[in-house]
Amino acid sequence: MARIIVVTSGKGGVGKTTTAAAFSMGLAKRGYRTAVIDFDVGLRNLDLIMGCERRVVYDFVNVINGEANLNQALIRDKRSDNLYVLPASQTRDKEALTREGVQGVLEELARTFDYVVCDSPAGIERGATMAMYFADDAVVVTNPEVSSVRDSDRMLGILASKSRRAENNEEPIREYLLLTRYSPERVEKGEMLSVKDVQDILSLDLIGVIPESMAVLNASNSGVPVILDDASEAGQAYMDMVGRYLGEALPHRFLEVPKKGLFRRLFGG
Amino acid sequence: MSVTAPQGQAEQAAFELRATTFTLPTLRLFSADLGELTGFLETKIQQAPEFFRNAPVVVDLSHLREAALDFPLLVGLLRGLGLLPIGVRGGSEQHRETARLMDLAILAQGSRGPAAAVASKAGIATAAPQPAAAPRAGTDRPQPVAQAAQPAAQRAGTDKPDPVAAPGSAVSGKLVTRPVRSGQRLYAQGGDLVVLAPVSSGAELMADGNVHVYGPLRGRALAGVKGNVDARIFCQDLRAELISVAGHYRVSENLDPALAGRPVQVRLQDGRLIIEAL
Repeated sequence: MARIIVVTSGKGGVGKTTTAAAFSMGLAKRGYRTAVIDFDVGLRNLDLIMGCERRVVYDFVNVINGEANLNQALIRDKRSDNLYVLPASQTRDKEALTREGVQGVLEELARTFDYVVCDSPAGIERGATMAMYFADDAVVVTNPEVSSVRDSDRMLGILASKSRRAENNEEPIREYLLLTRYSPERVEKGEMLSVKDVQDILSLDLIGVIPESMAVLNASNSGVPVILDDASEAGQAYMDMVGRYLGEALPHRFLEVPKKGLFRRLFGG
Repeated sequence: MSVTAPQGQAEQAAFELRATTFTLPTLRLFSADLGELTGFLETKIQQAPEFFRNAPVVVDLSHLREAALDFPLLVGLLRGLGLLPIGVRGGSEQHRETARLMDLAILAQGSRGPAAAVASKAGIATAAPQPAAAPRAGTDRPQPVAQAAQPAAQRAGTDKPDPVAAPGSAVSGKLVTRPVRSGQRLYAQGGDLVVLAPVSSGAELMADGNVHVYGPLRGRALAGVKGNVDARIFCQDLRAELISVAGHYRVSENLDPALAGRPVQVRLQDGRLIIEAL
């Protein structure tokens, strides 16, 4: 049985899709059979970030509606044989996601995959609640600013009360905090919440801190998950995050302002 | 309207019991929209602040048809505006029950009519906008409380409240060890609510008895929601958005920042909310 992981946040634009792409690629690179599903029906983006937008024939909604079978819709990643993408439909809306339909697809994937990563849309409406309903684990993506933190908190409340595990009184969803777009310089200037501030408010296990990095934008534009850019801080931070998810004890990096000079030359800022 | 007024006269008899007639302002509601009402009332009161200061007022609900009224909040609102709601007239059985619990007098209705029947329907209707995914909510929570919580829930959206203490152990109160998140509501029916974890802003704690919070309290805490004036709130770190005891509330803007981060208790004394360091 696969473990189902939802990447969620409540707020938009914090890096959910970037994270879902990097995280699923990271798991696949570690040798786990991984599927990543785009739940953002109507605002499909994951295929772009994964660089498979030109190979989309069938999508998630087609499978739910029985217009295609899962194997027809799954797109195998060209860089890793272990990674498959299930794109969202761009022409439908989130009402197309029925609970039974989603459950059917997840159960079928769970039989053959080790991990199923669900890329949640923003908001707390149907798409987001469907993405998290069947989850075993949740990666809550948060930017170090107050509105994102509050939205994440709200999402954590929903995870704790409206998921299948909560409704069946099973063991609760395991929740992990991923801080993205972190800028130690701005924290030092007092313009941004620090890791500690966010953890104080959310009281959650920190699975990673992804520094603000040009590499993320470049990766998105070129359709290569940033985790494959192992020269970049963001890519390394995502690799650490995958390691921590798999149970490795790794110290958090990129939390301090880099000393100018050597660090810049090595990693290209 | 007549109210019996005891008048002690020490030299003569210990007391004299007489019926005396008072003219009282009656607030007759035509709409259950409290937001709208607040606006109108504030304007009205600004016109004659002295007249309205501590003015006793009777709430007349008999004209309120099929509307879902958040009665405890209304009382809190009137008190917040400096009025003294002393009684209620008309309204559903449930409103009257709530009024009794909040120590308000139930005054006779001027004209008997279909109002009572309609109003009691209104009481049932209030249950409708309850969180949809809360099959248990109806049985676990008395409606006055659910109503009191409604505005907040509407702002924050509605979640199924965490499973409340198992049915049957209603008197024992409720212990919560996981963080209470924004948008979540917890209610301890008939007892105390004890939270050993942080309470986020946008979360809401309610108890018929006391509320204890041992993590930072950033959300709302309402003790004595059924009108128990002896209920108290205890917390280690007061950063609450709102605190309330038996309908007397204060929002964070009016909390003394000097108390933030210190263990405090909140209690009611002579109808005033007292917040003091422990």
